[in-house]
Amino acid sequence: MKAATSPAPPKGRTQLAKREARLAYGLLAPTLISVSLVVILPLLAIFWISVKPVGLSDLRPTAPVVREALRGNGADMRIEYRLRNSSQDDVITDVVLTDTLPEGIEIAGDLPPECAIAERVITCRLETMEGGYNERLIIPVSAPDADAAEDAAEGSEPEVSGTADNILFNTTFTTENFTDVFDGDEFWGVLGVTLFYTLFGTIGAIVLGLLAALLLDRQFKGQGILRGLFLFPYVAPIIAVAFTWIILFDPFSGSVNALLIQMGVTESSINFFGQRPFALIMVTVFAMWGYFPLCFLFILARMQSIPEDMYEAAQMDGASPFQQFWFLSIPQLMGILSVLFLLRFIWTFNKFDDIFLLTGGNAGTRTLTVNVYEQAFAISNIGAGAAVAVVIFGCLIIFSFVFFRFLSREEGL
Amino acid sequence: MRAFHHGLVSAPILGALWMVILSTTVAVAMSFTTGEAFRPSILLSLVWGAVLGLGVLQGLLRGPGSWIGAAAVVAAILGGLGPMVAEAPFVPALMGGALLGIVFARTMVSIIGDMPRGALTRHEFEAAVLRFLTGSGYIFFVAIVLIPFYVMVMTSLKNQSELIQNPLDFSIDLSLGWELFRSYRELLTQFNFGSYLWTSFYVSVLTVLITLLFSIPGAYAIARLRFNGQAIMSRSILLIYMVPMIVLALPIYIAFSMTGLRNTIIGIVLIYPVTTIPVALYMLQGYFRDLPHEIEEAGLMDGLNRLQVIWKITLPLSLPALASVALYVFMIAWNEFLLAFMLLDDPSKFTLTRGIASLNSSEIPRQHLMAGSVIATVPIMAIFLGLERFLTKGMTAGGVKG
Repeated sequence: MKAATSPAPPKGRTQLAKREARLAYGLLAPTLISVSLVVILPLLAIFWISVKPVGLSDLRPTAPVVREALRGNGADMRIEYRLRNSSQDDVITDVVLTDTLPEGIEIAGDLPPECAIAERVITCRLETMEGGYNERLIIPVSAPDADAAEDAAEGSEPEVSGTADNILFNTTFTTENFTDVFDGDEFWGVLGVTLFYTLFGTIGAIVLGLLAALLLDRQFKGQGILRGLFLFPYVAPIIAVAFTWIILFDPFSGSVNALLIQMGVTESSINFFGQRPFALIMVTVFAMWGYFPLCFLFILARMQSIPEDMYEAAQMDGASPFQQFWFLSIPQLMGILSVLFLLRFIWTFNKFDDIFLLTGGNAGTRTLTVNVYEQAFAISNIGAGAAVAVVIFGCLIIFSFVFFRFLSREEGL
Repeated sequence: MRAFHHGLVSAPILGALWMVILSTTVAVAMSFTTGEAFRPSILLSLVWGAVLGLGVLQGLLRGPGSWIGAAAVVAAILGGLGPMVAEAPFVPALMGGALLGIVFARTMVSIIGDMPRGALTRHEFEAAVLRFLTGSGYIFFVAIVLIPFYVMVMTSLKNQSELIQNPLDFSIDLSLGWELFRSYRELLTQFNFGSYLWTSFYVSVLTVLITLLFSIPGAYAIARLRFNGQAIMSRSILLIYMVPMIVLALPIYIAFSMTGLRNTIIGIVLIYPVTTIPVALYMLQGYFRDLPHEIEEAGLMDGLNRLQVIWKITLPLSLPALASVALYVFMIAWNEFLLAFMLLDDPSKFTLTRGIASLNSSEIPRQHLMAGSVIATVPIMAIFLGLERFLTKGMTAGGVKG
């Protein structure tokens, strides 16, 4: 009886709690399933591919290919099946070709040993097809009307099937992808470029964002317009602004070069996106330019939530404007600034489109993400691309570990 | 620093620096609009700025006197000894000179403010420096944002040979009338951009709908309901948010190649929402968490079940949040480039960004490339500018809280 009146909460999970949890899982299920399909599965696939010798050409599975033609005339008339192995190296086994013999065409002679005919269906069986196989199967026929027969023969498509080993699914493994990736100075160069781009791109964007927020943290006419204007680099499609930058900084007909020469800053034009070390500096500047609006939005929102009376109190105590900024605003903004730093650091690290569009990873601007594309599609080595992706993922795990340790304190997440 | 805390020192220094900034700005602006050769003369700018700064401090060049300062600058520029060198015909040179003179005379008065002529307190000194920095800041930010946008729009209205002849001449010949928009017309008629616009639009709208359909229940569950693994769930959303797209794009490319989803709009509509659901989930759970519990509890007390509470109370209350998430997702889908680039090869199925990428070849003149960029940028900018106030609130409140 005492237990019933005790104020202690019920032990174990109550009916209500269970029902709530069930509902929660139900609501989350569609999201979880779809996200894991498109995020978790590809991630697993990346790990799998990274230890397999896969090239771009392996994506088209090895298969037998056939072309049919009716040739000759009169007594020499024949159907030719030209059989080919789509791969130069892989063996295909159990190749079966079937084709219906159209009306108006009759067999006239011996079939090749592989073939047989039953109820007007020609079936040819080949045990194996070596890599690079390219042969003809010739079936002698006769037909009264040669033209009609040609149309009829080529009208009925032959079917061919076979079993080939698919490199994506077999159990051949290799560590070559990783040794390729880590081999030589290239990898460390790429890592260095990535870190430079990420670090300076992040810091630059935050500093610009802070300055922009300071400018607009007051009421005046046209403030709304300016705020909208400042968002332009972030809102416009990357591809549009990237091409605009390329045209603006073009070495032959770019306005910036023309302007610099006219002002006497430089004698000859500078190839901003095609020349070390300008290219790396330019893509970093582009990152600062493109992402300061986001930082600006977050910092401004935080600034406007700092109570006005704090500034009034500081003013009463005789703090000068710079002192107010340094000793009041900055400490108040520290939280959002560090969260922004971590978030932007990770996102800049992950960024691909910008550099890909601006320089294509040339002139010393190849970052890890661009390297994934380069390896997989330019050198056609999907395995090596996947290996780089695994390296990126490893870095990401480290970052997010730091992120969560930090954010838990910052935000109570 | 103490030495600077004197009106007779601060005013000329600020004036000199301000003149350098303004003469550079005006020279760049005049070059970009007229194509004539304007350039700042740093040395003369320093001299003129210092003299005029002192003049303003002494009160000579205030009020009606500011016109005297402006006139002096114009005369000096036309005479060839001004803060800006104008190797241009008389009319543009006069316009440039007048612009610089008037803007300087006006703004210098407000930078100096009521600075005393003698020693300055720290407060007075910093206030003046701050006004100077604020002015420079506005010029800097407006320039870095406007110049690329200006070049984008103006290039699309010109033709290649004019631009190679003088890359700085963005003046347009208004007598051409509708012919100015030639590259837009060609894009829409010969390059199929009308269809790309439509594809981009409906792909983005579908992405928004699917994203909301999935993320509203998910976000609600994470924000409001108690269950095992809630903390892990809310963290893994953030984690997924941070997986780089290029890492996923590779296996998606392989899978789509094998299943025949490559080169189909269905494939694109399947894949876009998955990239946006984590973002939407993260933003929405922030909102739901901030909604007061009591209203929902009142609903539960009145006999509604959870789903009815979500439908009748939570969703109507979070309509502004939903709208801002929808817009943000729309923007992501509209601007998406990487997946469209990798997965679409068939020109009849291109989205706008993919279409622009196909214009990037040496055979297609650059005004077409820029016209395509303008076509992609203007709709999304219009939406953002129109709903900016409301969107800013949404993005920052639901996203990262400081």
